[in-house]
Amino acid sequence: MNIVVRPHGLTWVAGHDHDHDRVATTLSGFWLFMMSDLIIFGLMFATYVTMLTPESFAGGPTPKELFELPGAAMETAALLTSTFTFGMASLAIKYDRRLSKVMLWLLVTLALGVVFLALEAREFTYMLAEGAVPQRSGFLSAFFGLVPLHGAHVTAGVIWLVMMLIQLNRTGLTGPASSRIARLALFWHFLDLIWVGIFSVVYLGGIA
Amino acid sequence: MPAPKTRSREQAYRHDLRGYLTGFFLAALLTITPFALVASGTFSTSATLWVIGVLGLVQIVVHVRYFLHVDLSRQRREELYLMLFSAALVTLMIAGMLWMLFNQHARMM
Repeated sequence: MNIVVRPHGLTWVAGHDHDHDRVATTLSGFWLFMMSDLIIFGLMFATYVTMLTPESFAGGPTPKELFELPGAAMETAALLTSTFTFGMASLAIKYDRRLSKVMLWLLVTLALGVVFLALEAREFTYMLAEGAVPQRSGFLSAFFGLVPLHGAHVTAGVIWLVMMLIQLNRTGLTGPASSRIARLALFWHFLDLIWVGIFSVVYLGGIA
Repeated sequence: MPAPKTRSREQAYRHDLRGYLTGFFLAALLTITPFALVASGTFSTSATLWVIGVLGLVQIVVHVRYFLHVDLSRQRREELYLMLFSAALVTLMIAGMLWMLFNQHARMM
């Protein structure tokens, strides 16, 4: 019996199925990346909260004046629904295996991601036009450090989704494609988790 | 998340689908509640902030459980430990930074 010992995440286990083992290893590696990313976001959140004192507003606009509940609610709805539709794509890959169904759910997710980015771009354009630019105050610097950082992640996720749709269209549901989509799913759900922090701390906390 | 061997494929599918639906329902509920609270302005600002904070933390647990599929099961132990350790680091860094800077701020005023 040939038992190969290879790294699996943080421990060493005997691997029986080579392909399955490699998928598990790359997923564990992706978890490490996400947790490092979580720490970057954590520090951006901490910086943002320290910039919520009246002195940090520097006579400029306050969160109450800047943020609007309906806009934040629409962005939240788009992202939350997209995390569910990605879940449906993952289920289609696991059980149904029909390419059309997988691609349809991924397309819906992509559309919702683009809607989210469009809403966010509209919000930023409005803020900049009002003179709420990053250099206006410490508070605005921290805001434009935190929220667009999340937006940049979503943009990366959208580009990744487009690439996966192209790959699926060309090669179908191969092992590597499924493995990549599994990592993209983790990334997408993770971004929605970060957004829970953003709408709670930045928008709801700012307007309350 | 491999389904137990006693379940048929159809049952496993239903089980997984129910997981996503439960997660989506709970997440929507935990999102709509604080938004409605802030919109109505029923409670005082500090009470509203507490509710937002607690519901936000609960929603994060819901997302981890139902979307990232990390639970207390043995197969998920590695991810769970990694996540808990990262959460501990983030908590230490955020709490330490806020404590230090707001203390400085209070002394400067």
